[in-house]
Amino acid sequence: MALRRFLNGNEALAEAVKLAGVEVVAAYPITPQSPVVEKIAEFISKGEMESEYIRVESEHAALAACYGAAVTGTRVFTATSSQGLAYMFEMLHYVSGSRMPVVMAVANRGMAAPWTIWADHQDSVSCRDTGWVQLYVENAQEALDTCLQAYKVGEDPQVLLPVMICLDGYTLSHTEEPVEVPEKEEVDAFLPPLRLPVALDVENPVVFCAGAGPELYTEFKYQQQQAMYAALLKLKEADAEFAARFGRSYGGTVEPYQCEDAAVILVTMGAVTGTAREVVDGLRACDQKVGLLKIKSFRPFPAQEIRDILSRAGAVAILERDCSYGYEGALCTEVKAALLGLDGPPKVYGFIGGLGGHDITREQITAIYRYCLEGVQPGYGTDHFLDVAGARDEN
Amino acid sequence: MPSATTKLPAGPHLPTPCFGATTGSWRTHRPVIDASLCNHCLLCWLYCPEGCIERGEKLKVNLDFCKGCGICAHECPRRAINMLEEA
Amino acid sequence: MQQVRWHGRGGQGAVTAAKILGMAAVYEGKYAQSFPAFGTERRGAPVQAFTRIADRPIRDRSQVYNPDYIVILDPSLLRVVDVLAGLRSGGTIVLNAPVLPAGFIIPPGSHLVLFHATPLALEVLGSPIVNTIMAGALAGATSLVGLEALKRAVIDVLPEKVAEKNLYLVIRAYEQVAGAGRREVHLAVGNN
Repeated sequence: MALRRFLNGNEALAEAVKLAGVEVVAAYPITPQSPVVEKIAEFISKGEMESEYIRVESEHAALAACYGAAVTGTRVFTATSSQGLAYMFEMLHYVSGSRMPVVMAVANRGMAAPWTIWADHQDSVSCRDTGWVQLYVENAQEALDTCLQAYKVGEDPQVLLPVMICLDGYTLSHTEEPVEVPEKEEVDAFLPPLRLPVALDVENPVVFCAGAGPELYTEFKYQQQQAMYAALLKLKEADAEFAARFGRSYGGTVEPYQCEDAAVILVTMGAVTGTAREVVDGLRACDQKVGLLKIKSFRPFPAQEIRDILSRAGAVAILERDCSYGYEGALCTEVKAALLGLDGPPKVYGFIGGLGGHDITREQITAIYRYCLEGVQPGYGTDHFLDVAGARDEN
Repeated sequence: MPSATTKLPAGPHLPTPCFGATTGSWRTHRPVIDASLCNHCLLCWLYCPEGCIERGEKLKVNLDFCKGCGICAHECPRRAINMLEEA
Repeated sequence: MQQVRWHGRGGQGAVTAAKILGMAAVYEGKYAQSFPAFGTERRGAPVQAFTRIADRPIRDRSQVYNPDYIVILDPSLLRVVDVLAGLRSGGTIVLNAPVLPAGFIIPPGSHLVLFHATPLALEVLGSPIVNTIMAGALAGATSLVGLEALKRAVIDVLPEKVAEKNLYLVIRAYEQVAGAGRREVHLAVGNN
């Protein structure tokens, strides 16, 4: 029987890492990630978790240590935020190119400058092209459940990719809420022990992360791309199996809410999805046909599913906590590309908000829906940069 | 699409010689061990930067990878290794 | 949904109090959220924390702008923080003070609960940490959570070496305020 606890997102992740039987943890502290690994260190010191905790001098070293440990065929975990993730950038590519199923939690935090410790998604979105599976979660329960699924999917022989679990700093990392913590036996039945096809073995030595000329380099990169596509399917399968065993489902890749007959669909990632659900319910109660599409998997990008769900809507608004400076929000570009070539495509509006911890309120989300219902012609790039005091509103 | 991918492992982790890449052709001089002088001190094995000295009853040099750097000959305290010019 | 805003100073345990209350609600089968005002932790600086309690899952992730309850752990905050900002009409203020501080204007229609927690904390803990006392006072004055769930949460949240004393404090504050009844609470407003 699962235990109903009162945990924040960081603590929920630590519980998941313990349940997953992670054998090696290496991390460097940074707000708001630190409590995840502090909790794990506490588990290890109390003997509740049999793991090697490697203290390192930097985030770069943390991921390098995880990489080295992963090569031996052990299950590893690390966590970071913001500047720490940026510092890992080089190793992100090493780990994904080497196809090591490392799992990392990113307690999302804005990038300096200006210096900030508050949440937005700029840190992980900036790592979009590093070859990591990126999963954004909506609450602490989903953080725990997604961590277990991340190992399942990442370690699948057809996938073998590292996975980033992205949770909004503070909003999720530091907010306590009820979380069901499953039993170890239930998790063991869902998540078999790791079996890497090639692992460090002194009897059968291999060169790890060998160099490759242009032709073979291309082959390996093509293979990596195929693994990402395989992950799309495996994420759905893992979610379905998880739902059957634990009774909770998050759609694996995307999660539509009230989208069937929706005239306007808001697209979100992460914690703001919860607030948006409240707004959808409120507007539905007033007979407004609005829906919500949560993008759980930003990489691999479930373009076909997104296209299918959004093609029925008249208007689509993307609300995201990142900006690809010089153009628009990264998610906005991706969603537009997914809709390309549709006969009578929906109008698409881009909204950037919640930067550096700025609150996103129900009133703001309601206003976004109302704006899209008006049918104004959308422009190129970002239509709206929310919360800018004193800036002229160009629309 | 025809691809070598099916034959490759997931990730570039391969037994040597990786991708058929050997370094023996880089050599202008090869080490030759005089077994009558060698006392198995294994300093050559220790110092070889490429790990080309193979231990056994008689030491052997893996000429697929030996680049002919001569470090083994330089380190040998009994001068049992001579660097001979490749023909 | 009921929303509580806690005012304290860094180190006084406002964040812990918010968590204890939320956990107690979860132990009663309800849903809850507790979170600090996001940012750096600085000892002595004014801090805020929040608890949301509801009968169904809480999905809203925005901040608390219109609390139903405001708990003030330290009366010296009244001079430096707008502690009553956004208080919902008919809301309740629980203030750690012996008497209504001069110049502290209670909005019409709201309720004030005065509980002088500091002497009690000094007597029992030897330090002016009043968070559990004020959690007990809030629970005693309202129907947010019952005493049994609150006691369980205190035991689960606090380190073992201080749990017992805080358990005593929570019970004492709860019973004292609950025993006083709502009438006396209204009287406090009348004295304003």
